Formats: sequence, structure tokens, C-alpha cells
Amino acid sequence: MAAEKLRCKECGTEYPLEALYVCERCFGPLEVRYDHGAADDVATVRRRIQGGPQDVWRYADFLPLAGGPPGPSNHLASRAGLPAGWTPLINADRLAERLGLREVWVKNDAANPTHSFKDRVVAVASARARELGFAVLACASTGNLGNAVAAQAAALGLPSYVFIPADLEEQKILGTGVYGTNLVSVRGNYDEVNRLCTELSAEHDDWAFVNINMRPYYSEGSKTVAFEIVEQLGWELPDRCIVPVASGSLFTKIHRGFAEWIELGLVEGRLPAMNAAQASGCAPVANAFAAGQDFCQPVRPDTIAKSLAIGNPADGPYVLDLARRTGGGVDAVSDDQIREGIGLLAETTGIFTETAGGVSVAVLADLARRGDIDPDERVVLVITGDGLKTLDAVRGSFEAHEIDPTLEAFEAAVGSAVA
Amino acid sequence: MAVTVRIPAQLRPVTGGESVASVEGATVAEVLDGLFDQFAGLRERIADEQGGLRRFVNVYLAGEDIRFLDGVATSVPDGAELTILPAVAGG
Repeated sequence: MAAEKLRCKECGTEYPLEALYVCERCFGPLEVRYDHGAADDVATVRRRIQGGPQDVWRYADFLPLAGGPPGPSNHLASRAGLPAGWTPLINADRLAERLGLREVWVKNDAANPTHSFKDRVVAVASARARELGFAVLACASTGNLGNAVAAQAAALGLPSYVFIPADLEEQKILGTGVYGTNLVSVRGNYDEVNRLCTELSAEHDDWAFVNINMRPYYSEGSKTVAFEIVEQLGWELPDRCIVPVASGSLFTKIHRGFAEWIELGLVEGRLPAMNAAQASGCAPVANAFAAGQDFCQPVRPDTIAKSLAIGNPADGPYVLDLARRTGGGVDAVSDDQIREGIGLLAETTGIFTETAGGVSVAVLADLARRGDIDPDERVVLVITGDGLKTLDAVRGSFEAHEIDPTLEAFEAAVGSAVA
Repeated sequence: MAVTVRIPAQLRPVTGGESVASVEGATVAEVLDGLFDQFAGLRERIADEQGGLRRFVNVYLAGEDIRFLDGVATSVPDGAELTILPAVAGG
């Protein structure tokens, strides 16, 4: 396999590919490093990818599994689990037109088994967890991850524990509990849930907390968003990506995916500008960006974008660095802008996104309005989850025509007017 | 004044496996200094060259992130519990 070690992003100390996530020397995050030195030529690798399954495992060369992709031929992991990834990339020409832009694409990650990008990271984390011998999956979740872990555990036949803040959207709670997980609703916000789970992971070291002790493997799954974008654009790079930021892991790993493929020659061009999108009710990274700081002061979240409600973002410093280095930025939008963003995307593309997607759309609209995007740029908007998970955000945003079942009633109430 | 400090798993190699320590101190900074005196090798792991906490270290007083309080200057009542945790989890 190409993955060869874990390495601290802060001090460079190296560790074996085990269930470790923190550098013991400096507390920095550990990241998977690969050795692609003996890799096949570009054409061969591309052919292997294109001949692979239509899910994240087509990128197995760039994912941290020892025994190859899970599936019938893999004795370590014969159950394949839920097929995550390979979601549509849609040319959003009418959205672009509304915003005065030339080329906008929507990466619709609502089209995953549990309707968010979290199925990607859970696919990788759970596969690696099984390789390492874990028999229990767990996570701290703002909602989408809980859906993904509960479902993946059910698919694999593993017990699971999902920890969520008690005030989550009902749809996300129901969409987790239905899979038969041990659902733990914590009286506190996500950062408190995360703190509890960090403590629990030390006491239950036989549990694979996908976003704690499995975090180096888990986060690698997000690179597949970048790989798919490149492949779906015909092996080309976008000029700019708009990505919602909670912990910042997705943002940094999409960048990493582009960077790895550029480095290996699988795609040519310059790294896309990376724009991070936050809700102003939880904008620790946007605040730091605006203040010119390289660290994030934690905040107490208060936003309808609950999947982004992380007040203490683990990868915040790296998001700031990447946004600055790539010529991108970090912006925050209000709850009203989020609602408008959900509506704008739905009306122009037919894609109904959850509040986090509304954040991305609203930031794109702000950037376009400010003239921060060159009209000739090719922009990719990353939509991370499904609108059916956050129905309250659109409640009251339109009126239905309620009529008696007669032609006269229809003509009187609706007539031939076309909205 | 004695304060209970909860040690994360990643630091237990330098505390001889101890997960809890009892330390004297009236502020977070004093408690941390006391902890560093008790366990050789701890300081360089979580404190930077300027003496502040490294950026991926979180410290909680009775469950509250000290950055919402007065940081390392936060006063610590007798019998309180201080928790040190890695910041890289979650998301």
C-alpha cells in the first residue's frame, strides 16, 4: 500500500499507522503520509481509477488502507459497507447566470447513502478501524456524522455509539436512531460533546471513535471530493472552490486532494483558490481571518446551520493558512442569507440542500456581488448535505394554494398564472 | 490549595501512567507550573517556547474552556477540576 506512516503536521514526528491522532510530543494533529515513489505512470493510474467502482474505493491508491478496498475479495473486510461517494457534479448554469458568473458547478454530496459527505469519511474510518481490529464504532456528531456512523455500523454489523448535542434537528435525530445505534443525547453544545468524547476515547480504547482516534484516516476520506471534482471535470482543476467549514477538516482535505494529484502529475494546473464558508452565528475561522490572526478564538454557536456549529474548530489554523495561501478567503453569512441560499440553489438547480449548503451558496453570492470572483473563473460549490435534514429552515418560505377539488376553485385560486 | 488535574492519555507516558494529579495553585498558570514541576518532560509537550500553551492544547476548568474565562490567568478555586485535552478531535 502507498500509505506508509502517520506524521505530525506541527513538528514532523512520525508514528506507525495505528489508532493515534495526537502527537505525543507537541499535541499537533497526525496526518497520513504516502509513498507514491514507485507508483505507476499517470496513464496507468488514471485507467485504474476509471476502471474502479463508482464509489470512494476507486481512489484506493490514495486512501490509507493496508488490505485494499473492502469487499468480497478482502479477507480483512469482506463486507463492503455502504457505497459512499461518486456523487454528481452538476453544471449550475442558471445559478451562475443569476450571480453574474460564467461557470459554476455544484458538487452534490447530498447524493450519498445517508445524504451527506460524511459517508465518505465514515467509509474510510470504518474500513481502517476493522483492519486495526476494532469492533465498535463511535463518534461525536453535529448530526450528519451520526447518520453516517449509525448506518455504516448497521451495514457492517457492528455496534455503535453516537453522541449528539440534545438540540439537534429532529430529522437528524430520527435519521440516526432508526439504524439501531446507541444514541446519546448530551445536554450541551457540540464542543461539549466533543470534549466528552475525547475523554471517553481514552477510557474506551477498544472503540473506534471515527473522528477522534480514527481521525487521521477518517479525514483522508474527504480527499475523494477533490478527486471526483477533477475526474468529473475531465481531469481538469477548478479555479475556485467554496467549501463550508465546521472543524475545517473537509476544507483542508479537499485542498490536499488537489495538491496530491498535482504533485503526482495526475492533473495539471494551479491549486484552486479555497474559500471557506461559515455562518455568522458560529464564525470562529471567519473572525480570525478578518482579524488577520493565525489562530481561532472559540465561540459559542448560535446558528440554524447546526451541522457547522463547531465553536472550537480543530483545523481552524490550517483553514486560515490555506485560504490565505491560495488566494481564497473565509466569509460568514447570516441565518437569513442561509435561508435565501437554500432557496436560490433549489430554484436554479433542483437541488435541495441543508443549512450548511445554504451557507456555501450565500457565501458564493456574496463573493460574486463583491466582485471577488473573476467572471471567467470556473467555480465549484460543495454542497455537503440534504435539505430534508433541516426542514425547519424552509418552513414558511412559500405558500401552497389550498382549494376544493373543482375546476372553478382551481381557476379562481391559481388560474393560468405561471410562477 | 489543591486542584485535581485530569491528564489525557497522550501525556500519561510522562506521568507514569497517572490519569489524575493533585496540584497546588490559585490560577491555571500556577496549577500548570505545579504540574510541570511534578512530571519531568511535561512542559515541553504542551507549552511553547514563550511559556504559553501550544495551539492544539485545550484546558477546561470544571468543563469550561479557559479561553471563555481569563485564559491561563483564570483563578482556580480550591478543589476544582482542571482537564487537559488535545484540540484536534472532532468535526
